[in-house]
Amino acid sequence: MAETIDFTDKRAEFRRGTNRAWPIVFATAPFGLLFGTLSVANGLTVGETVLMSGAIFAGASQLVGIELFGQDIAPWLVVLSVFAVNFRHVLYSAVTGRSTGHWPVAWRYFAFFFLTDPQFAEAERRVSNGRRLTLAWYFGIASVVYVSWIGMAFLGAVFGQLIPNPYVWGLDFLAPIYFFGLVMEFRGRASWLPVVAASAVASTLAFHTIGSPWHVSIGAAAGIALAVLMPPARPRAQTEGAE
Amino acid sequence: MSVTVWIILAAGFATWLTRIGGDLVLSRFDRVHPRVEAALDAVPAAVLTTLFVPAATTGGIPEWAALAVSGAFFLRGAGLMTGFVAGAAILIALRNLLG
Repeated sequence: MAETIDFTDKRAEFRRGTNRAWPIVFATAPFGLLFGTLSVANGLTVGETVLMSGAIFAGASQLVGIELFGQDIAPWLVVLSVFAVNFRHVLYSAVTGRSTGHWPVAWRYFAFFFLTDPQFAEAERRVSNGRRLTLAWYFGIASVVYVSWIGMAFLGAVFGQLIPNPYVWGLDFLAPIYFFGLVMEFRGRASWLPVVAASAVASTLAFHTIGSPWHVSIGAAAGIALAVLMPPARPRAQTEGAE
Repeated sequence: MSVTVWIILAAGFATWLTRIGGDLVLSRFDRVHPRVEAALDAVPAAVLTTLFVPAATTGGIPEWAALAVSGAFFLRGAGLMTGFVAGAAILIALRNLLG
């Protein structure tokens, strides 16, 4: 049962958003720090490193990008690789677009710039809980996560070499643990377990055969295809369309 | 501006295109078929799974223990933050011990 929330109180909504942002910051900050460190180690300047976090704002693709910068690869191929790693976001905006039809168009496409994995998961979770997806709440999350992400890239770029051994601090594996938690948050949905199983098997096989980043698209396609083939379940709760 | 800066800006633009693309396509349709609806409902689980399972298969005891502990917390109804911190603690402890 949804409690009574005044969704028109923009300040309160923004604050509810910033409150939800802290777990995301905690989980992604180490990754942002690691990116800053590796970026400078791969020959980018501190300014380029910060620009990359600010302009792309997608961790895995940024790591792929700095890897390619170090190898004298054609510029268009670097851009295409980043695009390939981030292709999953096409699905995110398709999903989030369903519950943000009441946002002004210009704001929508500005807001979707910030539609990262955790931002998408939090937004979709709010919709699942029957709450209205307000612009103020969305930007409450986005602003905190964005500032933190850029700040950590800067700190990593400047001080990263001071971290004695990033491996023992788990910097590379904190994000996967967090993504696991996000997947678990959706376990009430129809066909959740078969979808997760199909996606896990397909992405793992693709990861070890075809290689990264294709395992993301292939795994996602397998999970989604299975959901389409499953017998139709109960109709989706249409709380957000009630305007 | 250097070539690197241009590549970064182009990659940022390409990323933004992926983040608006799905909505641009889907908002052209007035009605969404139930099968498409089912596909969209499966997106969080289908995509987010690919972001941790393959990574886990290249891991060892610390990574698997961290996921097991987090999973136990999540299944018992713990919040996202609690389960995450528990898993992170196990990961860091075991990596330090087994190094």
